[in-house]
Amino acid sequence: MKKLMLGNEAIARGLYEAGVKVISSYPGTPSTEITEFAAKYDEIYCEWAPNEKVAAEVAFGASLRGVRSACAMKHVGLNVAADPLFTLSYTGVNGGLVIFVADDPAMHSSQNEQDSRHYAIAAKVPMLEPADSSEAKEFTKAAFNISEEYDTPVIVRMCTRIAHSQSQVELEDRVEKELLPYEKNPQKYIMAPANAVKRHPFVEERTEKLRHLGETSNLNRVENDGKEIGIICSGTCYQYVKEVFGDTVSVLKLGIVNPLPVDLIKNFAANVEKLYVIEELDGIIESHLKNIGVDCIGKEMFSPLGEYNQSVIKAAFGLELPETVSADSNIPVRPPVMCAGCPHRGLFYTLSKNKITVLGDIGCYTLGSAAPLFALDSTLCMGASVSGIHGFNKAGGKESEGKTVCVIGDSTFMHSGMTGLVNIAYNGSNSTVIILDNSITGMTGHQQNPTTGYTIKGEPAAAVNLEELCKSLGIKRVRVVDPYNLKECEDAVLEELKVAEPSVIISRRPCMLLKYVKAKPAVKVNEDKCVGCKMCMKLGCPAISMKNGKAKIDFTQCVGCDVCTQMCRLGAIEKGER
Amino acid sequence: METKNIMIVGVGGQGSLLASKLLGKLLTDEGYDVKVSEVHGMSQRGGSVVTYVRFGDKVYSPVISSGEADFIISFEKLEAARHASCLKKGGKIIVNTQAIDPMPVITGAAVYPDEVLNELKAKGVFVDNIDALSLATEAGNAKSVNIVLMGRLAKYFDISYDKWIAAIEKSVKPQFVGINKKAFDLGYNY
Repeated sequence: MKKLMLGNEAIARGLYEAGVKVISSYPGTPSTEITEFAAKYDEIYCEWAPNEKVAAEVAFGASLRGVRSACAMKHVGLNVAADPLFTLSYTGVNGGLVIFVADDPAMHSSQNEQDSRHYAIAAKVPMLEPADSSEAKEFTKAAFNISEEYDTPVIVRMCTRIAHSQSQVELEDRVEKELLPYEKNPQKYIMAPANAVKRHPFVEERTEKLRHLGETSNLNRVENDGKEIGIICSGTCYQYVKEVFGDTVSVLKLGIVNPLPVDLIKNFAANVEKLYVIEELDGIIESHLKNIGVDCIGKEMFSPLGEYNQSVIKAAFGLELPETVSADSNIPVRPPVMCAGCPHRGLFYTLSKNKITVLGDIGCYTLGSAAPLFALDSTLCMGASVSGIHGFNKAGGKESEGKTVCVIGDSTFMHSGMTGLVNIAYNGSNSTVIILDNSITGMTGHQQNPTTGYTIKGEPAAAVNLEELCKSLGIKRVRVVDPYNLKECEDAVLEELKVAEPSVIISRRPCMLLKYVKAKPAVKVNEDKCVGCKMCMKLGCPAISMKNGKAKIDFTQCVGCDVCTQMCRLGAIEKGER
Repeated sequence: METKNIMIVGVGGQGSLLASKLLGKLLTDEGYDVKVSEVHGMSQRGGSVVTYVRFGDKVYSPVISSGEADFIISFEKLEAARHASCLKKGGKIIVNTQAIDPMPVITGAAVYPDEVLNELKAKGVFVDNIDALSLATEAGNAKSVNIVLMGRLAKYFDISYDKWIAAIEKSVKPQFVGINKKAFDLGYNY
């Protein structure tokens, strides 16, 4: 049966069919749905881990005990999981272990555009790259076979266009795998220097064997051999190349992108007149060709920035582009914004109004950096706000301490914010940390986390108590505010900035998009009272606009959070009726 | 058959994912090779969102680029204009005439170009205006704008009315089939 499936859903299907038993992941666009779809299969144990390092280590433990295991993450998540990855390469596996990593060229929802292929090269592990949903499923199953046959973790690399595109997939049955015996094997699994020294040669030999696999595997294939033009590509670039050239050029499609073959490439190059490498992001295949002495055209014709598509390739080859029409008017941009009723808004308004320096973090609240709030000063990576404010205040002393805070979400705090808080307590900076607790992992589309009290399957779970946690880490001043109450927010922030010890403010209010959060009736403007002062506009609420000199509230968006009514000194914004 | 391209554009949260799900189901059942490329993650937060639907004998690229779209289905006026350069010569824009101010317009940093659809028409672009929000409300749910627009698209398509209805029945929850069929009819007969 053929089914239209998202690339990520197809991977989940591949995990099911491959007999995988344990999956641990941390959400991250564009990888999140892999684990969400996998969790729908009762045969697979699935969980959200607090971060990617934990997830990869859970997968290691499951593999060690003898089952097929996996974890999924976005490209920057692999930075967090890099520590276990590099030594997993030495230990190898018992049950097959596959790490799924989703790159985000063009940064649709990421803070950088790093190319995960570098990790496969650096950690000396094989990497496969599918080009559509059907391959996503097939390569997933192939990855587990390679993992077990070659005693190695395998990385499957996705990108946004493969992860979030649907194409047709042929479904097959699950093949159950027996639990493999566990035997104590210190030489393989205890990577102390004496053992690791002996494992390193194994890793080098394995890479050679995998290179041979790449020479003959049907995961790498040549199409239309011997044409004038030859193109080497993989993943989504293969689709763009076929879209533009069809069968008029020779194509070497690489499914194994690390290690790269040598003879296969040399033979392909020998049969064409002109050789191109088309790859998004870094020129990794191109560098390999140059290393093995094969001349090609690559990054001098194609940018290392952003995504490609068929037009990018046509333009690079000087082919005719279709005619286009566009409007002459200026089309205003439409950036994503914090939703109407977002609990972060009231807190950000407080920080913005008081001109406080704010070290930010990764999540929906990064949107607080936009107009008109302009509330953030920095966003680096998961957890960096809490560690960063400590450094900022150590450098700036009292002057900084009195007017600087950091903000971090509940899920991000569990991911890697709490280690920074330990550092604040231990090394004594007078820092004010604000945890924006909206009771869910918001930006990636509502995943449970260790503070919510539910598992990935929606079953009740132990919930971390943030107040108790912060206190036990050594912070004496911990208080909770309701971000819908502007006065309460302002009093708390100004007071905590004044005191001469570290403090945590938990700004607590569940995300209003959560199903259990009931909207209140929309508020409305009394036009007789409104003088058009635009105070309410300072909140940057998408439901409020100005029409004919008066504020206007869009009743389809407003959820009655009442924050704007607190802004209006004339009482012109009135509670709505049900 | 040459690959056909449909773009569905709008504002995050307007329901474009259901429209693409319906199209994907219908076109797969018709025996076409189909690719649907979506935007996830940021789509709830009022940003500009785009979905690409491509179908034919064999579809390679999951995306539609400049001058390639046979149809642009827009849930909002400004978004139709934003993506007009993707339209193929002779292609059609089907647009819900609703206007939703983006943040730069709300803050006063930019002006909403009210006449933008007429500008496109003046340049010879086929623009089919439809007040899908009113029709959706008439059908019983303002959120069925997506299905009203699918009904309108069906007018220009060589697939029978019954097959569209069958695809709706398979794509929405049983309790919403009635409203969605009505919404489809209102778009189809507009």
